[in-house]
Amino acid sequence: MPSQLSIEEVGRVAHLARLELTDTEKQRLTGQLNDLLAQFSQLQEIDTTGIPPTSHPFLLRNVMREDVARPSLSRDKATQNAPEKRDGNFIVPQIVEG
Amino acid sequence: MELYELAAHEAAAKLRSKEISARELTQASLDRIASVDLSVHAFVTVTGEAALAQADAVDKKIAAGEEISPLAGIPLALKDNLCTAGVETTCSSRILRGFIPPYDATVVTKLNDAGSIFVGKANLDEFAMGSSTENSGLFTSANPWDIESVPGGSSGGSAAAVAAGEAFWSLGSDTGGSIRQPAAFTGTVGVKPTYGRVSRYGLIAFASSLDQIGPITRDVRDAAFLMNAICGHDPLDSTSAPVDTPDFTKALTGDIKGIKIGVPKEYFAQGVDPAISAATRKAIDQMVELGAIAEEISLPYSEYALPTYYIIAPAEASSNLARYDGVRFGHRTRRATGHVDLFEKTREEGFGDEVKQRIMIGTYALSAGYYDAFYLKAQQVRTLIKRDFDNAFEKYDVIVTPTTPTVAFKIGQKSNDPLEMKLNDILTIPANMAGIPAVSLPCGFEGGLPVGLQIMAPAFGEEVMLRVAHAYEQANDWHRRRPTL
Repeated sequence: MPSQLSIEEVGRVAHLARLELTDTEKQRLTGQLNDLLAQFSQLQEIDTTGIPPTSHPFLLRNVMREDVARPSLSRDKATQNAPEKRDGNFIVPQIVEG
Repeated sequence: MELYELAAHEAAAKLRSKEISARELTQASLDRIASVDLSVHAFVTVTGEAALAQADAVDKKIAAGEEISPLAGIPLALKDNLCTAGVETTCSSRILRGFIPPYDATVVTKLNDAGSIFVGKANLDEFAMGSSTENSGLFTSANPWDIESVPGGSSGGSAAAVAAGEAFWSLGSDTGGSIRQPAAFTGTVGVKPTYGRVSRYGLIAFASSLDQIGPITRDVRDAAFLMNAICGHDPLDSTSAPVDTPDFTKALTGDIKGIKIGVPKEYFAQGVDPAISAATRKAIDQMVELGAIAEEISLPYSEYALPTYYIIAPAEASSNLARYDGVRFGHRTRRATGHVDLFEKTREEGFGDEVKQRIMIGTYALSAGYYDAFYLKAQQVRTLIKRDFDNAFEKYDVIVTPTTPTVAFKIGQKSNDPLEMKLNDILTIPANMAGIPAVSLPCGFEGGLPVGLQIMAPAFGEEVMLRVAHAYEQANDWHRRRPTL
């Protein structure tokens, strides 16, 4: 269990989360996250040996439906909220060089 | 009592007896919004014209002698994280400003089919993360009982609208108390159904193993009517439970003789305002007078629910909110030079402070090397919290506690102290962890502000929960009080 998060580590997590934080934000979040981490240390008091994790309140098996075609959103509707689009496609910055 | 102050079932009775029309009811709500929403700020969007058109359609049905549902013609507010086809849905976030959903949430479809009138979309803490609406990326809503106080959150707009008479009832969503806490703060009734009881299809996801849609109403009967309409299995939500929906109004018998109530001592411990503990104990005494049996119990792992929640909910949120990347919908930065830069700047500009904090904690808790220490550990503790409830419900029909540690606080009072703010949900989070249903209903006033009573029941035990809530409510008149605005 790490004791304290450094501002550099906060920057690394921000990149994982795809958030470009300002220095002020990084500073503030470092403090806030460390406060929360201190709270989480309470959980280490609990012996959870052999206790299964709960990922969902009730045991659900995989829910399947018949593999049949059915109507879905039209291309127009699916792209209606795109900030930038052309000919029914989403426009993004160039990803591959060349 | 003014028209806009009636319970929805009272308004429905007047509609059936043709004493009033759906248009008059809808106009009453819209007029009320026009006169008080400048101080209450419950609504992000008001859909007046569409509402009046819906009302006219209901009036036509009534005139033609057609059978109408108990919801038909009654104005309702929707929390603005429920997708409404063709109507902007913002989650009170800058990142979703201008987002027009291409489809309706399942609950919206169900209410539409029942002839419900949608007067507007209600404000929330951004992405439902908060307890006061102060985290809304748009504006802060006010408590109709004291406009300098918060209405609670995250469904603060939904609760304020009902308390202020701007809508007869509303839908909210509850991940850690977001229906029950604002219901407690505004003197309304708020139900978090059993996880899986209500389809989450079209509810913009926050923490998918915890989120549940539910009603906010002026009395328990109204909550039962709305539950009848929104519950049920939905093939579009693979976590929706394949169980039948009973007629919840049939559970409201007024008879609670022999009902066994567990009173967990941990929910009256330090941090809970003594006045709130006292009001809750008085309510329990009254239930005993009505024939129930109350005994003190212990739910020892509930004290760990808060830190457990602040790992699990942000972890799920960090994954759910990855979709806001400026490509398919919502805000997009104008400053991007490449694709990663596009994601990072879009999210930096679009999300507010609280959302960023939760994405960060969730990303950290799920990151390599920390998964076992945080996320797995929290999921194991969640099992222990749930087992406490399983054990208690072997002996008891319901568990009764306060809903919140305090009454509504002043706007700005806690907004700079995230830890203090999070304590608001300490008594409501355990029900989300266990997946069980819980209701908050008014049980008194403290300093002029409403106090909420929480009743929890075993999974799919909404009937006994509502029966107890209704019997208590009818023995009092808290649900008839209305704020002066």
